[in-house]
Order: sequence, then C-alpha cells, then structure tokens
Amino acid sequence: MQYLVSVIHDSREPSSVEAEAAEQAAIDVFNERLRAEGHWVFAGGLGVPDNATVLDNRGEAAVVTDGPFVETKEFLVGFWIIDAPDLDVALKLGAEGSKACNRKIEVRPFL
Amino acid sequence: MSETDIQAAITRAHRAEWARVVAVLTRGFGDLDVAEEAAAEAFATAVERWPTDGVPPNPGAWLTTAARRRAIDRIRRESKRDDKQREALMVHGDDPLEPLGAVEDERLRLLFTCCHPALAMDTRVALTLRLVGGLTVPEIARAFLVPEATLGQRITRAKAKIKTARIPYRVPSGEDLPARVSGVLAVLFLVFNEGYLATGPDTDPVRDDLTGEAIRLARLVRTLLPADGEVAGLLALMLLTEARRAARVSTSGDLVALDEQDRGAWDAGLIAEGHRLVRERLVAAAAGVAPGRYQILAAINAVHTSARDIRDTDWSQVVALYDQLVRVDPSPIIALNRAIAVAELDGPQVALATVDRLDDRLSGYHAYHVARADLLRRLGRGEQSRAAYDRAIELAGNTAETAYLTRRRDQRA
Repeated sequence: MQYLVSVIHDSREPSSVEAEAAEQAAIDVFNERLRAEGHWVFAGGLGVPDNATVLDNRGEAAVVTDGPFVETKEFLVGFWIIDAPDLDVALKLGAEGSKACNRKIEVRPFL
Repeated sequence: MSETDIQAAITRAHRAEWARVVAVLTRGFGDLDVAEEAAAEAFATAVERWPTDGVPPNPGAWLTTAARRRAIDRIRRESKRDDKQREALMVHGDDPLEPLGAVEDERLRLLFTCCHPALAMDTRVALTLRLVGGLTVPEIARAFLVPEATLGQRITRAKAKIKTARIPYRVPSGEDLPARVSGVLAVLFLVFNEGYLATGPDTDPVRDDLTGEAIRLARLVRTLLPADGEVAGLLALMLLTEARRAARVSTSGDLVALDEQDRGAWDAGLIAEGHRLVRERLVAAAAGVAPGRYQILAAINAVHTSARDIRDTDWSQVVALYDQLVRVDPSPIIALNRAIAVAELDGPQVALATVDRLDDRLSGYHAYHVARADLLRRLGRGEQSRAAYDRAIELAGNTAETAYLTRRRDQRA
C-alpha cells in the first residue's frame, strides 16, 4: 500500500541558511531510514508556487496561465511516496517526516 | 413464551450480541460495511422468526450464523459484479489465522478501529455508537441533534476512509496502547457527558439513553481491559455521577445542585459499585501506580457520595485530590473546580481570588460565571453576583441549567 506524504509550507518567514541546512540533514537521515526499512518509493522537493504554470487544453487551444492554480497561504513544498502496510505505520513515518523537515504533512492513500 | 418475553429476549440479545456479531463478521469478511449490514439483517430476521420458531438456545451463535449467511450472499452478489471492486472493499486486518494476543476479544479490535485518531471526534462517536453500541442511525442522529442524512453520511464516509486509507483492524501494540485506550475513553466520556448535560434549547436536560449507553460501553471496555486503571476510573466516575441522576433534576425540570440534592434519592447500588472500583484503584495507587485523571475524578466523586449530608463532606480530601488532578491536567477548568472546593475549606474570599485569576481563559465558559456568582453572593456582594448570574444564563446551553440559574439569581442574589 502506497501513501503520498505531502509536505505543507505554512510560514511566511524565510528560514535561515543554518535552519535549512539542519532540515536538509534531518531529511537525509529520515530518507536513509525509509530506504533501509523498505518504505522508500520516491521523494522530491518542489519550487515555489510562483514558478508554476497552469495549462488547460480541454478546449480548442491550450490556455496558459502564469502562477499556481490557486493562491494559498499554505502550499506544497515537497512530498514522499512511501510504502506501508497500513495507516498506523504510515502515520508513524509521517510524524517522523514532519519532525525531520520541520513542517506539517498530510498523509493520503493512493487508490 | 409470551410475545413480551420474546421481545425482551430480542432486546437482550441485541444488547449482548450486536457488537460481537459485527466484530466477528468484520474479522471474517474484512469489511465493516458488509458486517454492519449483515448484522442488521440477522437481527431483523430474529424479530421475524423468533416469535414463531421460539428463541434459540444460543442466541449469539444463531445470530452470528444468520449474519454470516447474509454476508456470504452479499459477497457473492458483489463478486459477480466486479472482483477488483470487491478487493478494494476489504479492510486491512491481521492474518485471520494468527492466534489472538493477550486481549482476545474481537470487540476490542472493533472499538479501536472506530476510535482511531485519524477519524474526527464526531465521527468516532457516531461510528462507536453504531458499530459497537448497535444504536440505529436515526437514534444517534436524534441523540446528537443532527439530521439523519448528515449522520448517515458521516458513518459512510468513515467506513470508506477506514477501507481506502487502511486503518488497521487490530488492537494497538504495547507502546501505543495507553494513548489509544485514552482515545477510546474520550469517546465514551463525550457520549456520557452529552447525555448528562444535554445541550440545545428544546432537549431533555438529562438523556439517560446516552448515559446508559456510555456506561454499558464502559462496562464492556472494563471486561475487555480489566487491568487498565483509567478504564476502571472512567466507569466509576460514570456510575457515581449516574447514581445522582434522579436527585439532579427537580420535578419542575430545574437542575438541583449537589448541596441541595435529596441524598436519599441517590442510587445506592450504583454508588456501591463505583466505590468498589475506586477502592480497587486506591490499592493500586498505594502500590505505586500513579492514577490518571479519570481515577482522580472518580475518587472526588467517591468523597462526595460518601457524605450522607453536604456538611459531612471531607473537603480537605476533595482539595487534596484536586491538587493531584491539577498536576495531571493543568487545565483552567480543573483549576476552577479546585477553587470551588477551596471555598468550602478556606472560605469564599480565598476562592474568589483564585477564580478571578482565571478570567482571561474562562470568561466565555458559563461555569466560571456560576462559580463567581455563588462566591460573590456568599460575600454579600449582591449586585456583582446578579451580574455574574446574568452572564452565566446567557452562556448556559442546557434547559435545566438555565432554569436553575434563573431561580438561583432571583431568589438569592
């Protein structure tokens, strides 16, 4: 069973270089653990929503919009895809992931 | 057997067997929805058949077999439709052949699944009352004053989340158990409190269907987890509170405060049972097991129910227990209740000073203003007392409480 663990950014404060380095180090440790215990599927960080482009090609021609599909204070900054036997395990890993990346996370099952 | 006897047998079987039938079927078929529907159908069949065929010698086994047949019928129908969809319906459980651990009852798995922390509190309450308690959707909707459709959706959505997110159907293991048990107890306490101090302008002030159901479920949890001190504590707390029910509301529907209650109207049987549980926990505490909040609350209620007259209340004991409670739960509501006990021991002046310090955190809570009103009245500050009663009446949600406060304000302030 796979779960998407979304990392949600909810702070307007830019974090310091030291804090970012510490977060990255903690994430590396967590990722290593996911691999060692067989939970790892994939993970990645995302650029800021400002750099997003929305496309809608359902009509005659593709409509291109600069920016994210919805402006929000909270946005996705990264994600893990993990393999876990059930939600209890996924939530435990998610809690550790939240601590490692110092952000709140959402755990959602794949269909 | 007369028709009334058969009715009684069906009601008894429903109370005793519903949760077990749902739990055993969930384990067997891996699907809460199938289990719930099959159990409901089995009980409907019993209502139809038992009056003519007679009550079977082992009603539980009869119901489980009947439910299992219904479930197999449904699975067959669905497997014809789509194997893959049927697979998606399965909730994830342990291997069905795995021997059960120290806690062996199927109902316990069901309870922990219904009270899973990934479900919203309202949802946990609804699911527990439906799947473990066996209350119908209309009954639960009525009890919580929500439209039936809303409640039905809440339960359907919860079952869907349990399936698709794979909320496990099992008893949590060692390190997770205490936190998860306290989650279950929070659900039962919420059901009890909603029954004990029902909210809403047109509802009965005390709904014994809910308090009764909460006690029944707490007794069940106590049977399943006999060694857990907080389970014993919560059951004792409920029993000692329920014991005072008859004395708590007057014939005209007003709330009667503890100091004015007819103590002869208290239920001696429930009090004795509650006291037994509290004594059991005191022995454990003496052996060094630190009591949790439900055990301390139960002990406070045991002190109150031990006094034949309000004047015999051992207030120093009550304050000592509140001191203990504040260490476990430093919430302002506990501090408020402690101050009320302090008033009996050290006088209203000392208590008022403590209560006033809680203003920034409790000014929106009616009990805070009730406490102030009472203390101000005792200090002879009538005008301020009346204002505090006014504020309390504005904030109180319970019909009997509003009536009581209005009377108290007009008579005494």
